Amino acid sequence: MTDTVPASPLVARGLHKRYGATPALDGFDLEVAAGTVHALLGPNGAGKSTAVKTFSTLTRSDRGTVRVAGHDVRRSPAAVRAAIGLVGQSVALDEVLHGDENLVMFGRLHGLPARAARARADELLEVFALTDAAGRKVSTYSGGMRRRLDIAASLIRRPSMLFLDEPTSGLDPRGRSEVWATVRRVVELGTTVLLTTQYLDEADQLASRVTVMDAGRVIAEGSPDELKRLLGGDRVIVSTTRLTDVAAAIGGVVDEERRQVAVEAGPGGGSAALLAAVRALDAAGLAVDDILLRRPTLDEVFLHLTDHPTEGAAR
Amino acid sequence: MSTVTTTLRETWILTQRDLRHWLREPWGPIFGIAFTIMLLLVFGYLLGGAIELPGGGDYLSYLLPGMFALSMMFGVEATMAAVTTDAKNGVTDRFRSLPISSVAVPVGRAGADLTNTALQLAVLVVGGLLIGWRATGGPGAALLAVALLLWLRFAVLWIGIFLGLTFRGEGSMVAVQVLVWPLGFLSNLFVPTETMPGWLAFLSQWNPVSATAAAARELFGNPTGITDGVLAEYAVLLAFAWPLALTLVFVPLSARAYRRLDG
Repeated sequence: MTDTVPASPLVARGLHKRYGATPALDGFDLEVAAGTVHALLGPNGAGKSTAVKTFSTLTRSDRGTVRVAGHDVRRSPAAVRAAIGLVGQSVALDEVLHGDENLVMFGRLHGLPARAARARADELLEVFALTDAAGRKVSTYSGGMRRRLDIAASLIRRPSMLFLDEPTSGLDPRGRSEVWATVRRVVELGTTVLLTTQYLDEADQLASRVTVMDAGRVIAEGSPDELKRLLGGDRVIVSTTRLTDVAAAIGGVVDEERRQVAVEAGPGGGSAALLAAVRALDAAGLAVDDILLRRPTLDEVFLHLTDHPTEGAAR
Repeated sequence: MSTVTTTLRETWILTQRDLRHWLREPWGPIFGIAFTIMLLLVFGYLLGGAIELPGGGDYLSYLLPGMFALSMMFGVEATMAAVTTDAKNGVTDRFRSLPISSVAVPVGRAGADLTNTALQLAVLVVGGLLIGWRATGGPGAALLAVALLLWLRFAVLWIGIFLGLTFRGEGSMVAVQVLVWPLGFLSNLFVPTETMPGWLAFLSQWNPVSATAAAARELFGNPTGITDGVLAEYAVLLAFAWPLALTLVFVPLSARAYRRLDG
């Protein structure tokens, strides 16, 4: 560990892990900054869950080191477990117990006396807007409510590091936005979050730093904006029937097939280009069907990176 | 707190959780008891009239200790179902990621399952008394019989934990529900082994559950249907030894399956 303050709550170096002949982690490195949401992005089978299981002491890597909250996962797994919260892919709650009973049980298993566990449960139910549902069986909860309770259960001992393994898979849009709000709340409360996801918009929405992994390796890392820049800049796209007139007015390139005119605006130049285009169209008295500002999405970045892993190794 | 008291405390929390399950969803155990009572009626009244015991005696008195042992054996399904559910929906993984003793989870399960079983056994005993079954071997012997029955359940529990952690596919539960039947019939639970063809009699006599049933019959003062063979002399000893052997095999297997639960 370095002596920089605040110390990184998670440092992984050179992780290798095989399941039979298949390498799940193949020289994987990661460093997470304190107080941030860090997203681990990758397709199915990229090794995201194996990485999280290694960090949370559920599985051991064949080679490499991991320090979580300053503790080595191999040498002091108990200290690591005391410092982390884990939310796995499936909701790990007792369906038969009530919402509050789940929190009290996990609190007591964390070593809290009964009364303190009860108080902490009430507090978390309040924070995650579950107080009204506290006395109901978890089996009656919606997907989003389950996930919120699941996350609450992992926060009982105020872990410094929280692992969320695909927290929104299988949720409807409403459930997803509930969980996103919850994750933001978790970070506000001072916990560092490492989140795995297959959804690019999720990483974009939540994470300040994104590690893209494929086949057990890091293939790119950076802020969402940095990653998007790998694909070039913003574009203004005008849909119209008067392609030539519009192209002349705003100085763009015509796409006959889509009936669109596109203006390249460079990284971060989108909104200025959009305003300029609107003024020019107005001045020329041209009506258009639609006008939009398009930034490169992480989806595009991701496809680009995973299709061309050698070019995309932007580390 | 010392390690031992911490572990005991964690175990108790997990036992409470499982007990709460039955209070809230009692239909599993209730159907389990109802099913055993149905078997008792079928064999006791429909088929029992045609069954004669070697060495003589009343068939219903013979049958009841067999049904007690059978319900201990069927306990494997309840344990396995609970363990599989927890493993599948990630509750086990959450337990594993907690700073708790790794023995608390299975021992908590053991505490809860044995409590449940003791209640089921009490219901069956009362039911038996109502239809005329009697324990005539004295209170000490009767208590030992009950202890040996629960001892079998304890061994079966580890088999259930091992199976539940190892075979989590949709079909495994059904496979176990089907396979307990030949295991149950290939014993002295329903009929004495001495009426069976030689090799079947041999297998049935060495079925662990036969030892428990024979010992319970002997200790309850019921007809044993046994005139000769190893169970005539060593039933109680075997009813202790068999579950011990099963426990010694399946505890380490369960512990290994629990540690390997990261696939």
